[in-house]
Amino acid sequence: MTSSTETVSTQDIIDYAARLGDDAIVIGHRLSEWVSKAPFIEEDVAIGNVALDFFGHARMYYTYAAEVSNKQNGTDDITEDNFAYLRDERQFQNHLLHELHKGDFAYTTARQLLVDVYNKHFLEQLKNSNDETLAAIAVKAAKETRYHCRRSKDWTLRLGDGTSESNEKMQLALNDIWGYSHELFELDDLEQRLVDAGIAADCTLIKADWLKEVTAIIEEATLTVPDQEWAVRGGRQGYHTEHLGHLLTEMQFIHRSFPGAKW
Amino acid sequence: MSLEKLELFEVFLRSKRGLDHKHAGSLHAEDKEQALEYARDVYTRRSEGVSIWVVKSNDICASQEDDSDSFFDPSDDKPYRHATYYDIPKEVGTM
Repeated sequence: MTSSTETVSTQDIIDYAARLGDDAIVIGHRLSEWVSKAPFIEEDVAIGNVALDFFGHARMYYTYAAEVSNKQNGTDDITEDNFAYLRDERQFQNHLLHELHKGDFAYTTARQLLVDVYNKHFLEQLKNSNDETLAAIAVKAAKETRYHCRRSKDWTLRLGDGTSESNEKMQLALNDIWGYSHELFELDDLEQRLVDAGIAADCTLIKADWLKEVTAIIEEATLTVPDQEWAVRGGRQGYHTEHLGHLLTEMQFIHRSFPGAKW
Repeated sequence: MSLEKLELFEVFLRSKRGLDHKHAGSLHAEDKEQALEYARDVYTRRSEGVSIWVVKSNDICASQEDDSDSFFDPSDDKPYRHATYYDIPKEVGTM
């Protein structure tokens, strides 16, 4: 954690903050798709709240990326909106797991379990970043993430250990998405540089804890941890599934049609 | 999931330490643990509370409209139950 930061460029920090923002905004958007369509109104409110938490995290990361960009370019007009609304699919670097379609409620629950438990451990690492802004964002986001974990564990147990139909749907969902979980724990060159400089969270360190916690919940829910070997990766390089383009089209439409529009 | 299978819960919030829990509203949930989480999401978004109670609505035994004659009317003609009924002797001063 004490090695020099000479090898790290300002652009690295911008790219890293932006990809963390991408993860948050994309999963937030997916959750927001449940609003008005959740199984009942209490869940509608609750899942909307979680979506808003993720948008809050995205704003913190994007605002930081914008701030560093302005400093780097001597400008003052780059904002969080540039990152959220004015970049295309190839520029988004979120993990693929986040962008997969909304699916049914079991699918959303299974994905959320993997993502929330991941975030819990990831943010614990990021709290130790020697970049003060990233560390502060991690502290704030971690509180909400603890609640997200509680919710996704609760739903996993409820559906897994529910009826035979809900159990089957949960198992199918886990089997469908498991292959997308591997890239969560991989570092590319950018993140390796930032880890060496003590700035980025080292996601390779949290895989064992993540797997242990997720396995315990899945087994308690009378489900089985998928043992498929297949893995899909590419999100951090901007190679996406067919789902992201549709999501961005919907999310960016207003801003691109009416540039500068305000509420 | 159908709403008919869910139970109705009453939600009570305490806004500050030292104050009483006050009835905030009701919601549907599968069980009390879920009711507590939904109460948090539905009723405490703007720091309205430091403590939440949830109670199954069915577990509340409530007085009925029909009971009001026998329950509440008898106190109407007992003004001496109110402190204002009594003259306070001058010696007592301000209370």
